Amino acid sequence: MLDSLLALGGLVLLRDSVEWEGRSLLKALVKKSALWLVYHDFFRDPLNWSKTGEALPGGPLGALRAMCNRTDLGPVTIALDSLSWLLLHLPCTTLCQTLHTVSHQDSCPPGDGSPVGKVHVLGLLHEELHGPGPMGALSSLAQTEVTLGGIMGQASARILCRRPRQRPTDQTQWFSILPDFSLDLQEGPSIESQPHSDPHIPPVDPTAHLTFNLHLSKKEREARDNLTLPFQFSSEKQEALLRPRPSQATSHIFYEPDAYDDLDQEDPDDDLDI
Amino acid sequence: MFPELNNLLNTTPDRAEQGKLTLLCDAKTDGSFLVHHFLSFYLKANCKVCFVALIQSFSHYNIVGQKLGVNLTMARERGQLVFLEGLKSAVDIFFQAQEKPHPLQFLREANAGNLKPLFEFVREALKPVDSGEAGWTYPVLLVDDLSVLLSLGLGAVAVLDFIHYCRATVCWELKGNVVVLVHDSGDVEDEENDILLNGLSHQSHLILRAEGLATGFCRDVHGQLRILWRRPSQSTSQRDQSLTYQYKIQDRSVSFFAKGMSPAVL
Repeated sequence: MLDSLLALGGLVLLRDSVEWEGRSLLKALVKKSALWLVYHDFFRDPLNWSKTGEALPGGPLGALRAMCNRTDLGPVTIALDSLSWLLLHLPCTTLCQTLHTVSHQDSCPPGDGSPVGKVHVLGLLHEELHGPGPMGALSSLAQTEVTLGGIMGQASARILCRRPRQRPTDQTQWFSILPDFSLDLQEGPSIESQPHSDPHIPPVDPTAHLTFNLHLSKKEREARDNLTLPFQFSSEKQEALLRPRPSQATSHIFYEPDAYDDLDQEDPDDDLDI
Repeated sequence: MFPELNNLLNTTPDRAEQGKLTLLCDAKTDGSFLVHHFLSFYLKANCKVCFVALIQSFSHYNIVGQKLGVNLTMARERGQLVFLEGLKSAVDIFFQAQEKPHPLQFLREANAGNLKPLFEFVREALKPVDSGEAGWTYPVLLVDDLSVLLSLGLGAVAVLDFIHYCRATVCWELKGNVVVLVHDSGDVEDEENDILLNGLSHQSHLILRAEGLATGFCRDVHGQLRILWRRPSQSTSQRDQSLTYQYKIQDRSVSFFAKGMSPAVL
């Protein structure tokens, strides 16, 4: 799944974090998809501080917009490292509009009716830098979102893919990047490396070495099993209650008052001091 | 320079990596011991060091440097150390006429400007000199610290741009290193500082984070140091990505030990 990310058109968001960096995956995907690479270097002087006149007019946004008006046909992949830089320097709305225009070029063919090749936009986004608003806006523009994570030194990519008129798919792929930036797909962290109790040590019996006896003999066990609990509503009890009582002796209280008892109904405890 | 920290980072002045950005941050404690470590480390490695010191005076760093075996006055005299004393030069902007833009020019500007003059100062200080003087190994930029720039009215994006340009020039063009300190505000909600810290974390190759202990102050353990190497996800990497140690700062050194293994409690 990870190696066929760029088969669909549109915007692919690569979300990374400080612990799990995404730049090497971006490079690996670019290496996989690119036959011919055009590199716009905005690293050395993005804000045109050196004023040498070499910088492209309009800065990075101008370069991105220039890609909207391309006249050559054929599929193209635009990789942005990083979208976070653009989001920090430009208003979110401007960036979203530009990305939408660039990534949906193939749906608006030029006037002569010839088909334009698919445009893939691959953007690296650093999750911790932006609030939920801009992240949500970019997320809704994206056809595919890849979130990087991992466990114990093994990196994983959670791929959420939204295809038009189909249910979104959610998969997790474990991977690593080889030194030559090729992608190595893997199965997942091995079970042995996860910490669990050693099966060779037998579990300790807590009822041994006690000063009192917790074990039951066979007879005692049988007697315990046959005991019915006093408040358990069994079927026998139900029968007994529903059956009308035959002449069963009701219980009586036999009371013989002695000489000192003075049964006063109005003051049975004899404590009113009136 | 603390030899134990060099062991943890698996580096020595002779064979340090070049072209790297190291981020130092501290949370609920004082991480300035890391700044002193790297200052003496790179001076001993015979590097040309540009130190943008915005927090303390020159004599403070000199006194601590002497305990760690480096003489900042001599380094400055022989041209190895270019020292921008922020505390002193900030006053100069207001009381002295300036012919050319001062590195801390943004203090005079009404609305939050950018750090282009400061970047030009750094570039001028570290550019390789062709004259026949003793060649330094590689240039190093040290900043103590960046959080104070936010307090002085700059935006986080302006500071990130400054570090971006420094990284492009010092790390990429001149194959040197950059070491910066940022404070982590922790519980206090400081969005600008968080953007700065996270933005720098994504640009760094090595992050050293000094944290106070969660349970509070302790006489024998002064804090905890988390070391995070940001490396591409390689399956053959033998080194750990992240290590945590506790430390105790003494007069001339810092001792590190695994969590819970302080000599005081064993």
